[in-house]
Amino acid sequence: MKKTHIILLVLIAFAIVVLISYTGDLSSYETIGSAKQKQGKFLNLIVKMDKTVPVQYDPVKDPNLLKFGVQDSLGGKINVVFHNTMPTDMDKSERLVLKGKVQGDVFECSAIVLKCPSKYKDNPNANQEQPVTFTN
Amino acid sequence: MDTSTNAAAVQFIGEHLLPGQLGYFLTTLSLVASLVATFSFAKAFYAKEVSVQNDWKKLANIAFIIESIAVFSCFVILFYVISNHMFEYKYSYMHSDKNLPAEYLLSCFWEGQEGSFLLWSFWHCVLGLIVIAKSKKWKQESYGVMLTLSFTQFCLATMVVGLYVFGYKIGSSPFNLLRDEMNWPILARPDYLQLIKDGTGLNTLLQNYWMVIHPPILFLGFASTTIPFGFAVAGLLKKDNNWMTNALPWATFSAGILGLGIMMGAAWAYESLTFGGYWAWDPVENASLVPWLILVSAIHTALIYRKTATGLRVTYLFFGLSFLFVIYSTFLTRSGILGDTSVHAFTDLGMNGQLLTFLLVLVLPFFILYISRYKFMADPVKEDAVDSREFWMLVGSLVLFLSSIVIITITSIPVFNKIFGTKIAPPEDPAFAHNQVQVFVAIIIGTLSAIGQYLKYKGGAKKGSFLKSMRVPLIITALISAVIFIFVGIAFNEKGIGFLAALFVATVSSVFSIVSNAHYWVVILKLKFKSAGASIGHIGFGMVLLGIVLSSGNKTVLSWNTTGINVIQKDPNNKNPAGNPMENITLFEGVNTDMGKYMVTYVRDTIDELEKKFFELKFVEKGDNKIKKDSFYLYPDVLKNNKGMEGFSANPSSKHYWNKDIFVYVTSFQDHTDEDTVSFKSNQIKIGDSVFYSNGYVKLENVLVNPNPNRAAGVNELVLQMAVHSVTGLKYDVSPTIRLEGMNMTMIPDTVKAQNLILNFNKVVDQTKGILEIGIKESSSLSNLITLKAYEFPFINVLWIGVLVMTLGFMISTWARIKINNAK
Repeated sequence: MKKTHIILLVLIAFAIVVLISYTGDLSSYETIGSAKQKQGKFLNLIVKMDKTVPVQYDPVKDPNLLKFGVQDSLGGKINVVFHNTMPTDMDKSERLVLKGKVQGDVFECSAIVLKCPSKYKDNPNANQEQPVTFTN
Repeated sequence: MDTSTNAAAVQFIGEHLLPGQLGYFLTTLSLVASLVATFSFAKAFYAKEVSVQNDWKKLANIAFIIESIAVFSCFVILFYVISNHMFEYKYSYMHSDKNLPAEYLLSCFWEGQEGSFLLWSFWHCVLGLIVIAKSKKWKQESYGVMLTLSFTQFCLATMVVGLYVFGYKIGSSPFNLLRDEMNWPILARPDYLQLIKDGTGLNTLLQNYWMVIHPPILFLGFASTTIPFGFAVAGLLKKDNNWMTNALPWATFSAGILGLGIMMGAAWAYESLTFGGYWAWDPVENASLVPWLILVSAIHTALIYRKTATGLRVTYLFFGLSFLFVIYSTFLTRSGILGDTSVHAFTDLGMNGQLLTFLLVLVLPFFILYISRYKFMADPVKEDAVDSREFWMLVGSLVLFLSSIVIITITSIPVFNKIFGTKIAPPEDPAFAHNQVQVFVAIIIGTLSAIGQYLKYKGGAKKGSFLKSMRVPLIITALISAVIFIFVGIAFNEKGIGFLAALFVATVSSVFSIVSNAHYWVVILKLKFKSAGASIGHIGFGMVLLGIVLSSGNKTVLSWNTTGINVIQKDPNNKNPAGNPMENITLFEGVNTDMGKYMVTYVRDTIDELEKKFFELKFVEKGDNKIKKDSFYLYPDVLKNNKGMEGFSANPSSKHYWNKDIFVYVTSFQDHTDEDTVSFKSNQIKIGDSVFYSNGYVKLENVLVNPNPNRAAGVNELVLQMAVHSVTGLKYDVSPTIRLEGMNMTMIPDTVKAQNLILNFNKVVDQTKGILEIGIKESSSLSNLITLKAYEFPFINVLWIGVLVMTLGFMISTWARIKINNAK
């Protein structure tokens, strides 16, 4: 066996180890119900704003504190705390992807991905969704 | 002319249908011509007699030239449609508006999928014409190159042709009319064009000069990977490996341009997006980086093959994959599959099936061909010399290749989710997940690029001579690294000591790469320009690595919230799951605020004619008064979003120093377009009286008549000297004024921003008793405030200069190889 083959095998083995260890970092998309069962675990929620809960955000007091309520398609509801500025148009967004952890009764959110409604609803091919990410 | 086939009954007013009809004709022509060219180049490639080959070649060249003319004309017509604001065309309506500055009209062109396909096609034509220009000196493989290129062009032409075949839509034409695409009721009216006042405009994020230049360069990079791929295909088909000498200048050119294009995208992200940096491991970025990494590997293995006749299998595979991953990244970014994970993928055009077909018709034949030729590509049996240059070049290439496979596997998670129905989401810190792996790749590649050139091909150098030649570069590296660690350091310890240590090693490794390659060029190559390509390219690559490590490893947040206004407590145990995102500082207009090294004041905001709102921020360095303090202004701005999104998108602004950048952007601001509804409350008051407001009281101390000696003639002023006392014990002096100029009376109110207070001198009620009327208004919207994020990026310039140096290296290599090849 040639030395390059040995090195190749070592490198491939290393790459596989890297990929396997990466899967340990991966998270999952959850429903609010299942997320509540997984306290403290980093996960993703696909939700929409719960209009019955008022959005609390006062940049004069603290620009890094946003509280709001969300619900998912199964009807699960949870309050969210986001330690950052309020993403523009969050309340107009049809769909939110929240990244974070459930801590007790609240979802401690670290990033919000917005899916904004489009003006071009008539055309299924047009800009239906415009993703915008706000992260820390 | 103003009739339409599907609405013959209605005469639409004011439409310009000729450009669109020409466009449809030309896209169809380019489709047919590229098919003819593909067929003819294939015939010429396989022709056994020279005369037959020449006949097919002539036909193929003509077909390719016709196709190029058609593509160039489409390009011009689409630009004509956009720049003349012909909103009867959907592409123009969707991607531009009348207010757009002329330079951004080009960005509109490639905002949409159709235009960017045309751009890609355009570069293929340019490159193909360059190949054809030299057709007198063609070797066998050139026919294979043109065959591959023409076939790719055919695939691209199907993307923009917009035909219906058996009810299945092929491609999406940029020349489609708005009224054919949308079912809006107004579009049925003959005068609809008068009702459509303006287009929906260019996405605000793309209104940036980098977006004018970055896509053309990137697509030239993408397009140019087709040529080396074509060489490889020709080699496999004919079982002839003599193409590498001719392919190398194309490959180095491609790698240089593609690398430059990718980094221009990084510069755009740095300057216009608010990622807080230049690289976010976004799927779209990864998808363009991966072909570049593989192409660089391919160049190195091709060099190995030329010198040692080994490494055929990897060379074919790498040239193949660098191109195929370009197509794969096209699929990823355009199919909408990345929707949940990427910020800037194209919007879905409903062409996923077609994009997948495009990918498969190129991937499957290549791999079938590759596997069928696997035995033919076998290396001669001999033991590798561990002290040889090719051995370590191969190791480096394999490391780069595997690193790119790791990146693309992670990027492809949404694809796996689609195929297997899984619900895997990105990790908590996706950037770090990449960084912790790639930092080791950087260490290995940096070191290998430093020592590679000092080793001899096939090994066999005298014992000890290698170490001897490495001595000087090693000493210089040690010195420079020491200087960097003492004076700059690396502060990034959020991810633990292991990663910090890796960053230190990566710093040394990249310095080693720079020093050692510079030393090699100066001492061993004696500054010979013709052979400088590799050294300069490696120096640039080392600088890129060094710039990345230093700027990211020392990126510091300046905007810690220090306003003291109900700041949430920082969790000392860092248990806050949101990390420590209190990186937004609140600034009130006119209030000097402490922000790290600087005192910063939000001076004012202005709106330009394009409705961009600029915030003027004054930064003054803190510290000793004796030393001259640094002060500067930054103007981050926000632009009202279009494209169906309300709100605003922020553009950062940065102050460049030779050794660092101060980078700020506005994360929120108060929009004062709403009418202020709070009214003044009137109070009658005498000198010495006080009036209460919600947060304290206001005292009238004195009334001055004409205190300003420099006032204009004929003007009389009555100034109230008042003091605002807040409950917190702070005192503010205000002087609302009445100004009389002849019979005209003007009231000049005064404000206390920190107390949300406006004071107005309404009138004199009773002059003899000294009773005056003042108005007091308290308004929460009075205080203009913004929240701001500010970062310091040290040594970011090392990265940008490194990119330029690396590109220069690739271009020198290209030029030198073309010269050598032409001399033969």
